[in-house]
Amino acid sequence: MVAQDTFIGPSVDWFALSPHLVLVGGALFLMVVGALTPAWPRNLMSLTTVGFTVAAAGLSVFIWNDIGAEGPSAIVGGVLAVDRLSLFLTFAVLAATALVALMSDAELRGTDNDGPEIYSLLLVAATGALVMVGANELIVMFLGLETVSLALYVLAASDRRRSASQESGMKYFILGGLASAFFLYGIALLYGGTRTTSLTDMVTRLQSQVNIGGNDALVLAGLALMLIGFAFKVSAVPFHVWSPDVYQGAPSNITAFMASVGKVAAFGAMLRVLTSALPFYRDDWRPIIWVLAVLSLIVGSLLAVVQTDVKRMLAFSSVSHAGFILVGLEAAGLSAGENAMFSSVQSVAVYLGLYSVLVVGSFAVIGVAGRGGDTTLDGFNGLSSRRPTLALALTVFLLAQAGVPFTSGFVAKWGVIQSAVDAGSYWLAVIAMLAAVIAAFLYLRIMVSMWLRPADDNAEAVNVPGLSGIAIAGAAGFTLAIGIYPQWVLSVAEGILSFA
Amino acid sequence: MAAATSTEVAFPLLSMMIVVPVVGALIIAVLSNRRPEYSKLVALLASVGTGALSVWTFANFDSHSSGFQFTSQHPWIESWGISWHLGVDGISLFLVLLTGVLFPLAIAGIDPHNDDPRRDKPYFAWLLLLEAGVMGSFLSLDLFLFFVFFEIVLVPMYFLIGGWGYEGREYAATKFFLYTMAGSAFMLVSILATVFIARDDGVGKITFDLIELAEGANFAASTGRWLFFGFAIAFAVKVPIFPLHTWLPDAHTQAPTAGSVVLAGVMLKLGTYGLLRFGLYLFPEASYWSRSLWLTLAVIGIIYGAIAATMQKDLKRLVAYSSVAHLGFIVLGTFAFTSQAVTGSVMQMVNHGVSTGALFLMVGMIYERRHTRQISELKGLQHVAPIFAAAFTVVMLSSIGVPGLNGFVGEYLILIGAFLTARWWVVVAATGVILAALYLLWAYQRVFHGEPDEENSTFAELRVKEALVILPFIAVIFFTGVYPKPMLERIEPAVNALIGHVEERTDFVEPQPAAPIVDDEVHSHGEED
Repeated sequence: MVAQDTFIGPSVDWFALSPHLVLVGGALFLMVVGALTPAWPRNLMSLTTVGFTVAAAGLSVFIWNDIGAEGPSAIVGGVLAVDRLSLFLTFAVLAATALVALMSDAELRGTDNDGPEIYSLLLVAATGALVMVGANELIVMFLGLETVSLALYVLAASDRRRSASQESGMKYFILGGLASAFFLYGIALLYGGTRTTSLTDMVTRLQSQVNIGGNDALVLAGLALMLIGFAFKVSAVPFHVWSPDVYQGAPSNITAFMASVGKVAAFGAMLRVLTSALPFYRDDWRPIIWVLAVLSLIVGSLLAVVQTDVKRMLAFSSVSHAGFILVGLEAAGLSAGENAMFSSVQSVAVYLGLYSVLVVGSFAVIGVAGRGGDTTLDGFNGLSSRRPTLALALTVFLLAQAGVPFTSGFVAKWGVIQSAVDAGSYWLAVIAMLAAVIAAFLYLRIMVSMWLRPADDNAEAVNVPGLSGIAIAGAAGFTLAIGIYPQWVLSVAEGILSFA
Repeated sequence: MAAATSTEVAFPLLSMMIVVPVVGALIIAVLSNRRPEYSKLVALLASVGTGALSVWTFANFDSHSSGFQFTSQHPWIESWGISWHLGVDGISLFLVLLTGVLFPLAIAGIDPHNDDPRRDKPYFAWLLLLEAGVMGSFLSLDLFLFFVFFEIVLVPMYFLIGGWGYEGREYAATKFFLYTMAGSAFMLVSILATVFIARDDGVGKITFDLIELAEGANFAASTGRWLFFGFAIAFAVKVPIFPLHTWLPDAHTQAPTAGSVVLAGVMLKLGTYGLLRFGLYLFPEASYWSRSLWLTLAVIGIIYGAIAATMQKDLKRLVAYSSVAHLGFIVLGTFAFTSQAVTGSVMQMVNHGVSTGALFLMVGMIYERRHTRQISELKGLQHVAPIFAAAFTVVMLSSIGVPGLNGFVGEYLILIGAFLTARWWVVVAATGVILAALYLLWAYQRVFHGEPDEENSTFAELRVKEALVILPFIAVIFFTGVYPKPMLERIEPAVNALIGHVEERTDFVEPQPAAPIVDDEVHSHGEED
């Protein structure tokens, strides 16, 4: 083959790419300027990070409106989808990143990490997440996945004072590497089966192949391996074993980031691959999702109840939430590839968006209340008498996670259960709701210790740092506001009507 | 119920009954911590305001109409076909009134006994939120809205039991929350399934509106039965119907007095009301088909509750078990499908609220004085507190169902009405009436009769404030017992419409056609033969 003299790159729609660029630019800006200037005043680094996410979100709003006028598109040679699903999840990622940045200031102040590195890594990871939720090509998706993962390995191990954090980072790194290998092997096999890595091409080629009834062993094997990779990243049972240790060991702000942005990115990619590239295999993957969902719901809730550490409890509860999201995905499987699936896709997107805000809120409270690393349940005894507003905020988040009405968690759960029932998955819906009851016991346990148990006499006073307070108040306000008037979020989600 | 709406009023009367307590709770939440005494005042004002609205509703209720009145409907979550749809008919009217009246009494008359006056604030705020939730459940005509309120009442009740209850409160509160939530889990799936299946079977669109679903949907028998059981489990837990009742004795016993009063007074009725409104009305075929099951469970509940009550050593637990028995009567009447029995059920819901509410109130007063609920530690109270004992006697007799008092009217109607369609169940259930006399009179004898020992000899007489709280209960007990017509004439049209709705959709024919409700047992009995 004769080498080409000049490489002709694809045309780039720079504006559609601008949210990514702003985040990368922000990361670089913080690194460079932060290295060259003396220590920044309190809160400034955090606020700058928030500024970049807000800018990216603002640009995303324009792109969202453009899609309304021009329809969705796949940019940079068709590898990155700019459609309403990717943008909706972009908003979720940016909101969660901003909240995490706000709570990070208190987490980092006074430690050797009090510098630009953590913020910079957060922005890089958020960029990776944006790539993942928009990736329309498997290699690009893998790049996004690795960008998120590599940043998260470092972030999980970033608390150098605690060996638990090192352990967390190491565990995450080794197991995450293994999962990435599965994922990559899956991509390779899918490529072997379809001779393309583009999701758009894949679906057209599979259409002709399925019609001929050709050999699809490679595609099925690739699908299975990719599902393992995804199941690991979303921490669905039985691929969840890493998450409790990693969540518990990592600093609270990083745990919040993993539980929100990490899940949104992985689920966004999973949703796109399954429903847009492999709809013809829906009868093959739907039962797998069913089993993953049921196991995650039941195991996640049951194991959450018996924990004694609040972070570990919420780690298992996030496994159970992953089960709920899988319920929505399973429902989308009934009509994958048809327009009817988008109501399920919307419910999954709404769940991801609402859940990521309230999980960051929960971990923000835990970060504040459990300063110094004590996140055992007993450490929360009598929080209501020490810090009533903080206890109230955590109560709001916990009730929302339990799915109590007038909180966003109820709206999220109602949406996916509605999809499941509409798809005829009655038993899955019933199992999910019963798992929610088991999980509610866990949230009640935390509430009991906050409200009904007396505080230790020597319990440390809890101070709420300003920015963490803003993050907590913002998340709690959002949780309640959406619970009372969900229509506007639902209206936005209803824009998700087609893939690029 | 065929005539859906009859009166539209410009003033959002029913919405205000939900909004006012919520606003009250919010005001309490932002009150200064240094002035906790204002929280009770705000709570009282909000609950009296709500009570006044409920009385106004009662006064302006058109007793000849069987449809929903004072309806208001606004879109809420349009994407899902959900609207803020409220209305009141003869079945819910008295429950709304009871809620409106019971809460001010509970707030005014029962002291939460906080060591720290700052704890008054959350106590009163939770009570008001509870009131809003209960009101909302009784007023909702939208399945989603109903579910939301039905579920939200758990939260304030959980905190009331957990925060202000007695020694075993943590366990009781958690058990209460999880039990009810587990029931609701089935209901949620059922609600959604109902809506989606109804879309394809008659309704033609996605709507959560109760009336549209009940009038439009045409479920296949097997489908309707599944859906009905989803609802029924949630209500059976709430009622509670044997064998799902085990949360109740714990919750009732451990709850603070106001909590017990509200729990027994109105919250249990969410279950029986739900069975009527969302069971019989929405799934007539399935309810009629499964009536033997419910009748049997109801009768087991009546007998079991009575026997269990007899054995209790704890006075409050005794009253709690008596609720299981009383609620059994209400379920019996509901699934008898005759106008009299269902009317009796609705009436008995209110009666039980009044008499058991009052019983809990008085047991609470005993506890305040003696710091014990053990029957064996109480003795001869009649000697030292005759007025207290007299008031207790009236309340107790009303609970037993002695003629001339309110309990009699309801129970009698249920037994008479159910005799036509469920004869043998009634025969067994009637023995429950005797058992009620047994456990209550025996308890009364042990607590009030005899010579007081040293500890009981200082038992204080009924105070003026307490008398003012208990007096409205006693007035209602006598008034309803002697002159039940104002209640019956408002309940009956709605009940007849409901029975008509069931008859339309099943092969059930009411044994005795619409006749005046009083003085007809001889006539109808003859027809049955």
